[in-house]
Amino acid sequence: MAADPSGVLTGQHYLDGNHAACEGALAAGCRFASGYPITPSTEVVERIAARLPRMGGMFIQMEDEIAASITLQGAVWAGKKALTVTSGPGFSLMMEHIGLAAMTECPCVYIDVQRGGPSTGLPTLPGQADMMQARWGSHGDYEIIALCPESPQECFSLTVEAFNLAEQWRVPVMLMMDECVGHMTERVVIPPADQIHVVDRRWTKKPPGEFKAFEPGPDMVPDMAKAGDGHHLFVTGLTHDERGYPVMNQKAQEKLVRRIVDKIRLNADKISRVEEDQIDGAEVVVISYGITSRVAMRAVQMARAKGIKVGTMRLIVAWPFPENRVRELASKVKAFVVPELNYGQMSLEVERVAAGKAPTVLVPHGGGEVHDPEVILEAIVQAARGAR
Amino acid sequence: MSQVDTNPVKEYLRMDRMPSIWCPGCGIGTSVNCFARALTQAKVDLKKTTVVSGIGCSGRVSGYLELDSFHTTHGRAIPFATGLKLANPELNVVVYSGEGDLAAIGGNHLIHAARRNIDLLVICVNNFTYGMTGGQVSPTSPGGATYSTAPYGQFETPFNLPHLADSCGAVYVARWTTFHVRQLTKSIREAFGKKGFRFIEVISPCPTLYQRRNKLGDGLDAMKFYKEASVLKNGADTRELDIGFQSPIIVGSFVNRDRPSFIEAMNKRFTSVFGESYKPYPEGPSKAVQGC
Ligand SMILES: Cc1ncc(C[n+]2csc(CCOP(=O)(O)OP(=O)(O)O)c2C)c(N)n1
Ligand code: SF4
Repeated sequence: MAADPSGVLTGQHYLDGNHAACEGALAAGCRFASGYPITPSTEVVERIAARLPRMGGMFIQMEDEIAASITLQGAVWAGKKALTVTSGPGFSLMMEHIGLAAMTECPCVYIDVQRGGPSTGLPTLPGQADMMQARWGSHGDYEIIALCPESPQECFSLTVEAFNLAEQWRVPVMLMMDECVGHMTERVVIPPADQIHVVDRRWTKKPPGEFKAFEPGPDMVPDMAKAGDGHHLFVTGLTHDERGYPVMNQKAQEKLVRRIVDKIRLNADKISRVEEDQIDGAEVVVISYGITSRVAMRAVQMARAKGIKVGTMRLIVAWPFPENRVRELASKVKAFVVPELNYGQMSLEVERVAAGKAPTVLVPHGGGEVHDPEVILEAIVQAARGAR
Repeated sequence: MSQVDTNPVKEYLRMDRMPSIWCPGCGIGTSVNCFARALTQAKVDLKKTTVVSGIGCSGRVSGYLELDSFHTTHGRAIPFATGLKLANPELNVVVYSGEGDLAAIGGNHLIHAARRNIDLLVICVNNFTYGMTGGQVSPTSPGGATYSTAPYGQFETPFNLPHLADSCGAVYVARWTTFHVRQLTKSIREAFGKKGFRFIEVISPCPTLYQRRNKLGDGLDAMKFYKEASVLKNGADTRELDIGFQSPIIVGSFVNRDRPSFIEAMNKRFTSVFGESYKPYPEGPSKAVQGC
């Protein structure tokens, strides 16, 4: 489906990542947003607050992030596409409702513009230390999808993508930005509406009485209906059957939770997206995401100038992790180098999947600024040396 | 004929989920009967009516009603309902939950939804305890009563919920006990006829935990007590509605005022800023009832 032109600001713009993410949401058909201000994400909701009233949408600044993170789910069950936006401390407060969205298969988008943490940390400076929280932050077993833009242009396009993936798989999708990407201004090209692919909600065609709100289709994902359509929906965070009715036993748990996990795990190759460069014949592969992939590029160029065969893999979709691809590479390359603005998060995943076939060299950084490319270069040189 | 077959409100209930989890003598079911009767009497559009609950014994209400039912997280029924209502103002959105859910963990949302005058009917079952988790102290627990987590007696100042709702701007505020079935039904009906944030407190027995621990007898004893201790005072000053341990309970309908709902205020503001070019956001029906 093409985008609704009323939300599409077609043309060339100079936007920062936060504003571009707002435009991506509107292009994707988002007409409801709930938020609570927090640096460095506030510009997203500021722009939404200015834009939505003129296009028949609704923005509400809630009393806290706990509220914001469930208000959008109410809006989704009323039929809207909805998002909320935050940063570290607010993201922590939202965790219970990310679990609710996973359990009730509520298609919605959470943007986290990552800053230095833990706690109040470095409000105005970058971090990438919420990556594991995005994956595991709520209690219980579930799966989500997380995307990592590296530029304002991608803040636009991946926000559209986030909405599309949410609708297709009926999961909460996290857009894991960082302060640098959020606040850097670059050229953003917004295509005409008919060139923006938008996934509509999987509305059921079944009449009330026949429709079961949690009966999965062949792709393990149920179709959806909204409140007010006469279906007498029953939506609960309790373990439930296909009608949505609570069932308190192990069998129902196995059936439901297995499915909400498997619908993503078994389709990971379809959902996964990476950008690779010069992987063939590489001895060292640098795996990175977000702003760090741009910094790493510089180190990679310097390493290549030294004659080291370095390939790169950029995680556009961080979760589900591209397991099969990394596993395949692990038996071909000599080492992985993983720079990230934390003390080891996605690198743990690389290490797990590589399973000892190739070493994983973490280039850690506590956040507050980006890496010095020399430090990444040094890691590449060492990794290549160890490899030889 | 079995009792179930003659249940006059069964068309409003998910009969395939009966029996409910509620204990014998519990007041929650009584309040649901009143709610269902009010739905019939007020000829509310059932297709457009949706009930949102948080977590607790009272939080199970949404799941027994044959309507669109949302059973959310502890304390967060109001912000979820806010999303439903603001995204589709055509919906008649009811929040039905316990006092622990709405006034302790969810207290912040309660006061802000009232302040914003979000168009919601909130029915708060106040049994003076956390039933679901085994009888702990709650924000309305009266001084001196004992609880599993206040074994030597409650000593904090409890919330007077009608006063809280009133001072935050609710347009309709009432309190009844589960003894007052006709009055409660009428009150719910009245609330369906209004737009804005409406709050009804239902004092309700929890024989299994609150009554037993405090040696107050069973559900029937609670009814006798409510009958004797209730003082009808429609229009009472909400500052005077404190409830002590086994003290008189002032019941009635206390607040009935009109002020612009969130969406009405928003439309007014945006029209004044943008002029003719602003297309007003749909405000939804002025009341949930079709005739009454
Ligand atoms: C975040 C969270 N904290 C605690 C609980 C446990 N819990 C479930 S119900 C409840 C209290 C409910 O009390 P109330 O709203 O008064 O309802 P009642 O059971 O008395 O009807 C608590 C504390 C929970 N489910 N979620
Ligand atoms: S524990 Fe109390 S509130 Fe809960 S169902 Fe039993 S009597 Fe009712």
